Amino acid sequence: MNDLTAGSMLYLDGVSVSFDGFKALNNLSLTVAPGEMRAIIGPNGAGKTTMMDVVTGKTRPDDGEVYFNGTQDLTALDETQIAELGIGRKFQKPTVFEMHTVEDNILLALKSNRRPRATLFWRPNGEDDRRIDGILQIVRLAPLRERIAGSLSHGQKQWLEIGMLLAQEPKLLLVDEPVAGMTDAETRQTAELLREINRDRTVIVVEHDMTFVRDLGVKVTCLHEGTVIAEGTIDQVSANQRVIEVYLGR
Amino acid sequence: MTAFPLIRALDRGTTVFLALLAAIAIAVPLLNLLVPATSPFHLSSYFVALFGKYICYALLALSIDLIWGYCGILSLGHGAFFALGGYAMGMYLMRQIGTRGVYANPILPDFMVFLNWPELPVYWYGFQSFPYALLMIVLVPGLLALVFGWFAFRSRVTGVYLSIITQALTFALMLGFFRNNFGFGGNNGLTDFKDILGYNVQAPGTRAALFAISTLALMIGFLICRAIVASKLGKVLVAIRDAESRTRFLGYRVESYKLFVFTLSACMAGVAGALYVPQVGIINPSEFSPGNSIEAVIWVAVGGRGTLTGAILGAVIVNYGKTYFTSGPLAPYWLFMLGGLFVAVTLLLPRGIVGSVQHWLTRWRERNPGEPSPAANGAAAGSPPPPEPAARPAE
Repeated sequence: MNDLTAGSMLYLDGVSVSFDGFKALNNLSLTVAPGEMRAIIGPNGAGKTTMMDVVTGKTRPDDGEVYFNGTQDLTALDETQIAELGIGRKFQKPTVFEMHTVEDNILLALKSNRRPRATLFWRPNGEDDRRIDGILQIVRLAPLRERIAGSLSHGQKQWLEIGMLLAQEPKLLLVDEPVAGMTDAETRQTAELLREINRDRTVIVVEHDMTFVRDLGVKVTCLHEGTVIAEGTIDQVSANQRVIEVYLGR
Repeated sequence: MTAFPLIRALDRGTTVFLALLAAIAIAVPLLNLLVPATSPFHLSSYFVALFGKYICYALLALSIDLIWGYCGILSLGHGAFFALGGYAMGMYLMRQIGTRGVYANPILPDFMVFLNWPELPVYWYGFQSFPYALLMIVLVPGLLALVFGWFAFRSRVTGVYLSIITQALTFALMLGFFRNNFGFGGNNGLTDFKDILGYNVQAPGTRAALFAISTLALMIGFLICRAIVASKLGKVLVAIRDAESRTRFLGYRVESYKLFVFTLSACMAGVAGALYVPQVGIINPSEFSPGNSIEAVIWVAVGGRGTLTGAILGAVIVNYGKTYFTSGPLAPYWLFMLGGLFVAVTLLLPRGIVGSVQHWLTRWRERNPGEPSPAANGAAAGSPPPPEPAARPAE
């Protein structure tokens, strides 16, 4: 740990991960400042999802440093501990609890005591209801409160999952391809939603949809073969020769 | 505060179902003991013993439904916990025989005298005391489940791999209990019981009382399961069943939840086994056989997993079928029928009997909005139906 980590929300330095000889991440370094929204782009297999796996504790890096909030070494913790620290993750494929209602999905995600005894003796209360209401308002699902999550449309599931992320009250949100399979209108609404969330939380978005990334209007990092090849505004990155070659040109 | 989850569990369907069980617990012994044998309303002692056995199976099925139907843990070795509870009860019953055994040894059970054992093994100490035996009935299966589960769940052994090691567990125990030097009567097991708490185990009055107590145990088990599945903890269990890794990323310690229900379920299975033994009069290592555990899973599948009431009905229906068909000319074909039943239920009624009825009622209500909901549905209100067996959450 050094001075560089101190002021950052997320700090990755020289992170490498290999699976059976294939280098999914190769000396990846990345710093995200508190309150920032960062978009990460890159071709398939560039290591975007592996990076998220490393940050959330699903995969342990072979090498390198991963620090959260300047002081927390994430490589020593597991998924549950990392989630408790305040890192929330939205998966590429929407994963909501299909058999639960929209309301229960949010309830399970609400920041609260996660121990079995606490959940066994938990009882419905106005405070939790109010928090659920607030989140459903933000993700525009308030009228669907009683619906079984499995019956929602693809876009609604994506929003529900973002709502679950918000309910966790994380400091850092990792959002993997939030607009994949959404209509244009839904995509615009999602960009708006993420900007709203970014007002008090740090957000990292992985996305393929360049129109959406342009819509967000934030700093962009392009990954290729497990390492950063360009970083800057969307215009700078899309003008980069190497980015055009490996990603945009296709 | 502590009683709160129990009270919340009492929705209308649960209350109706509990009342029904209570009526059975009272009526069956009365019809057996007080109504003269000539009356058409008389229930024979054979009937009481038979259904007492089914009630114990129902409690075992309930314990499996709690972990399989709600948390997705398919244990194919739950018969082991049932048998361990049974052995603990059997050890108490053996110590009660005293000098009435063939060898009239006041301390040693017959099989130990026969094997020329000089004294009682240490692990048999204390079993002459009923409260101690009761403690062991819950503690031994619970402790085994705790240790086994701690290793299995912490190493994230799930799905079919977990099922296989639970099979291995019960198989290993069966081989152990078959050995004479294990100290549990080898392949003969424990039998020739005389009395329980001073009452003759063969007497109609004792049998009727055991029936009533078994039904009461089933009611308590059902109430505990309802309380769990109706709580927020129950919602977490379903979340684990449907999307385990998502639940982990939400910050839930999945292994603690699994360990909690698995251990509780093993204790329930132990109680079921303990009530079973005095009613059938014997416990031997064949109770550990993997086939028994698989059969118990079939009862749950037939009744409808993730419904609790379905597990109870499934256990009674399948076992009644077994008794009915194996005591007639169709006896040689029973195993084919059981296999056929399992295939038929999987293909035609993937939700099981109760699960399908619930599903139809829900659909019927969706098509007729505004109509009062049928009372029967309340039995499982609030418990989301499990996904069909084929639908495995990909993660």
